[in-house]
Amino acid sequence: MVAVLFCITLVASAGVGAVYMITAEPIAASKQKAVQDAILAVLPAFEQSEVEEMTIDEMPIKVYKASNDGDVVGYAVETMTKKGFNGVVRLMVGFSPEGEVLNVNVLEQAETPGLGTKMCDEGNPLLSSIKGKKLDSMKLLDGRLAVRKDGGDVDALTAATISSRAYVDAVNRAYMAYKSVVDGTEPTDVSTGATKTQKGGNNE
Amino acid sequence: MNKLSLVIKGIIKENPTFVLVLGMCPTLGTTTSAANGFGMGVATMAVLIMSNLVISLVKNLIPDKVRIPAFIVIIASFVTIIQMLMEAYVPALYESLGVFIPLIVVNCIILGRAEAFASKNSPVDSMLDGVSIGLGFTLSLTVIGTIRELLGNGSVFGYSLGVSDYMPLVFVLAPGAFLVLGYLMALFNKFVKK
Repeated sequence: MVAVLFCITLVASAGVGAVYMITAEPIAASKQKAVQDAILAVLPAFEQSEVEEMTIDEMPIKVYKASNDGDVVGYAVETMTKKGFNGVVRLMVGFSPEGEVLNVNVLEQAETPGLGTKMCDEGNPLLSSIKGKKLDSMKLLDGRLAVRKDGGDVDALTAATISSRAYVDAVNRAYMAYKSVVDGTEPTDVSTGATKTQKGGNNE
Repeated sequence: MNKLSLVIKGIIKENPTFVLVLGMCPTLGTTTSAANGFGMGVATMAVLIMSNLVISLVKNLIPDKVRIPAFIVIIASFVTIIQMLMEAYVPALYESLGVFIPLIVVNCIILGRAEAFASKNSPVDSMLDGVSIGLGFTLSLTVIGTIRELLGNGSVFGYSLGVSDYMPLVFVLAPGAFLVLGYLMALFNKFVKK
């Protein structure tokens, strides 16, 4: 009885192990490709990219600096927030070298279908509010963007205020990371707003 | 029982969703869109066919006392394999089904068929049973997903009909799953299953 069960688990684990070895590479490749596609979706075409990692609010943020023959074409920031309606929301935010928001791509979300998920749509109000703008030139509360309901000037998704706040929170974190890479300022926590970075770029 | 009726039975007479009422958790959880329902159905069918086949092949080797653990090990292995294959080759579907793939392990349809059919019948019949029940499950989930997506989001298989702002969103949310499932089950038992 024990021997039979042992044999079954042995064969089963061997099978799982074999498939793992076969699929490990394609899985890593498809994850890599997903990140690449997300960067390409928010930045103009580029040749090289280098990544810088940092931690803001105890969340890992990655900044991809994309360049063509040494000319920086933009920065893609992989950012996240834990304030989503259903857990984590991860975004890829593209900034031009001058600091304008080029595009935002939602990498991962579990928001309510039909409400919060509209954040993934092309031209949704959240994206339209910030696309093509320098965030410094927008109305900031304590150095942060906010949705209209909270006194800011980002249009929220209808009936999805929590998802909208999460989106804006992640964008704020992306901007913090972007500034720290470009200006060399120390990234500070966004949610507490402890040490505010100075507005207006000195090094632009 | 001839082979054809063996394959047909899972679609109507022993439809796992509307007649046997098994596997309600993935049925309610994954049918937010037609494509998700279809994907979940196909993944379950793949696991069901493989587990039915293997369990039928080894049924005489397994002592009665440890048959449930043995079945679960076999089923869990196939689910893990399917999960890894999906993550490697159809990452988009893998993302959207998310947590429901590992949950195929505890889907009562699979253990139910292993216990009720595969452990008593020949490997070929067991595979056909897997195809049959799998088809029934896939069809049911696709129908539920299509109706929920159409009513709640105004689209069919992700193709928007341009009326999404006027549709009752509740059909995509959890209560809509119960409503659609309940009405479909009632209609199915009134008109289709005689």
